[in-house]
Amino acid sequence: MPTLNLSVDELREKARTIRHDVLVSIHTAKSGHPGGPLSAADYLTALWMNYLNCDPKEPVWPQRDRFVLSNGHCSALLYALMSHRGYFSRGYLLTFRTVDSRLQGHPSKTSLPGVEVSSGSLGQGLSVAHGMALGARIRGTPQCTVFCNCGDGELQEGNIWEAIMHAGHRRTDNLVASVDWNNAQIDGYVENVKNIAPLPEKFRDFGWRTVEADGHDMDDIVRAWDEAVAGTPARGKGCGQPTAILFKTAMMHGCPTYENIPGWHGRPPKEDEVMSMLHELGYTYDSIDQARAAMGGFQDYDGYGAENGE
Amino acid sequence: MASSIEYKNGIQPSDKWEMVLTRKAYGEMLVELGKKNEDVVVLDADLAESTYTKFFRAEFPERFIECGIAEQDMMNTAAGLSTFGLIPFLSSYAIFLTGRAWDQARNTVDYSKMNVKIAAAHGGISVGLDGCSHQSMEDLGNMLSLVNMTVLVPADYWETRKMMEWIPTHEGPLYFRLGREKVPTVTSESTPFTPYHTMEAIGGGDGVFIATGLMLSRAVQAAEMLAEEGIFSRVLHVPMLKPLNDEEILQAAKETGAVVTMEEHSVYGGLGSLVARLLLGNDVHVPTRIIGIPDMYLMSGQPEELLVKAGLTAENGAAKMKEVLALRG
Repeated sequence: MPTLNLSVDELREKARTIRHDVLVSIHTAKSGHPGGPLSAADYLTALWMNYLNCDPKEPVWPQRDRFVLSNGHCSALLYALMSHRGYFSRGYLLTFRTVDSRLQGHPSKTSLPGVEVSSGSLGQGLSVAHGMALGARIRGTPQCTVFCNCGDGELQEGNIWEAIMHAGHRRTDNLVASVDWNNAQIDGYVENVKNIAPLPEKFRDFGWRTVEADGHDMDDIVRAWDEAVAGTPARGKGCGQPTAILFKTAMMHGCPTYENIPGWHGRPPKEDEVMSMLHELGYTYDSIDQARAAMGGFQDYDGYGAENGE
Repeated sequence: MASSIEYKNGIQPSDKWEMVLTRKAYGEMLVELGKKNEDVVVLDADLAESTYTKFFRAEFPERFIECGIAEQDMMNTAAGLSTFGLIPFLSSYAIFLTGRAWDQARNTVDYSKMNVKIAAAHGGISVGLDGCSHQSMEDLGNMLSLVNMTVLVPADYWETRKMMEWIPTHEGPLYFRLGREKVPTVTSESTPFTPYHTMEAIGGGDGVFIATGLMLSRAVQAAEMLAEEGIFSRVLHVPMLKPLNDEEILQAAKETGAVVTMEEHSVYGGLGSLVARLLLGNDVHVPTRIIGIPDMYLMSGQPEELLVKAGLTAENGAAKMKEVLALRG
């Protein structure tokens, strides 16, 4: 399936819209995690729009690339990305975290077609992604690349390092991990809570190839993804190593007043706050209703499986 | 008198039993399944020699994934493999799979309804000499509380083989408990394994033993002891604890009027808890006793010594049955 193949300028604008939708959906739910989604928005927008081979009309298309959101609390970002890739209408994002919505607080595989595995309990996604990559190998489908996004605080989980060791040992080169290195977690700055540095060296010592990039510079982001996928058997010559892209980011990026404050990890913005954040993103609304209207207003699910109630 | 006992479904009298490993049956059957079905893949966490996945490793190295000593990673790797239509069987000891990797089993495998088969060796306390750290008396409760999990406990070698034939046809998460020690062949080659059903091992109307796993053998022995005194108790074997066949258990309780459950598991959260909940919730108020591991850690010892210490014996079964029969009147 073709990707959207957006230009760098279009990717920048798309990422701005994604941030808009994340903030409005979290504010509307009065619940959710805005910090991580705003730090990962730029580089995951690039991945989802320009690199990820998938078919929103057939989410179980066997040859698709897989994406695992290991830091499942960034669900609002995943849902916005899926919506803008064509999985369902933007207005459905406004049902985030409400009863019976497919847009569960943390991603649920059995609720939303296109979610490859439920996540939310930190530290688990990379092992699952690695299992998928091994599955692709056993099945002889090298066109499939498995992408996994991790938070940096999440790297404090032991299971993550089991997965990093395992993938390095098996030289699983159809696996690409991205790390949202924003140095912020609930209890403060990662380096103070429990330092994970030096990160590139740790990955390399475990047998990984590493790519480093500025997670808010779209030119650098595209360069990093190009470099990463060039090492996979699907897009280039298999390099014989899993790849980790370490994206240097800032929590709440795009809203300067709120940027790099760990407290925004999991606090929904109140109305005056979300209006201020949207203004800082360049949206000059008079009311939050205008923001919701820009997303099409509340809509029912219209994605895969909607017709037969799957 | 054994001859006056109504053995059913190919169940053997205790004087005909042989002692055989269930985990060996598991290893043998993995190879047979591997030959028939190329979707079958096997994972282990540095225990392939002990869990007998070594047979599969020798035959199908390309479908064997050694995960090293990392059960959490193994559980989730299996989940990932299953998304490609593969049928992963993963093995380690019950305490590690259902303890250390419980979050992975719950949040990834069960919640996502992944087609992962968790085959746990060294279930129960009959691990023996290794002591408390390697015994598992909590695994069934841990797995029974998972919403989508199917839970199987074979009684012996033959039943393990038959369950293994069925397991790949089942879609979804499944837990399968094997022991460490050789256990008696209570069932025979002709004994059926019928998924979603209990199995009547011995007919009778003087109360019912409801047993699972190794304790089926102790229940049969208890029924044999009671028969010597002219008491003919029924023995109902429960190879599938979840989903549980509620109707068959309630019917047995109503027909016999007295219940003794027997399991090699903590009294918290296993078969006894299931049966008690069922009886109370359906107003079947028959005298009931639960034989399981009391609230204690068993330490090192010969398996048989530990079973005696925990009260998991035929003698205790027979005594408890007399108690409930006296109450029944």
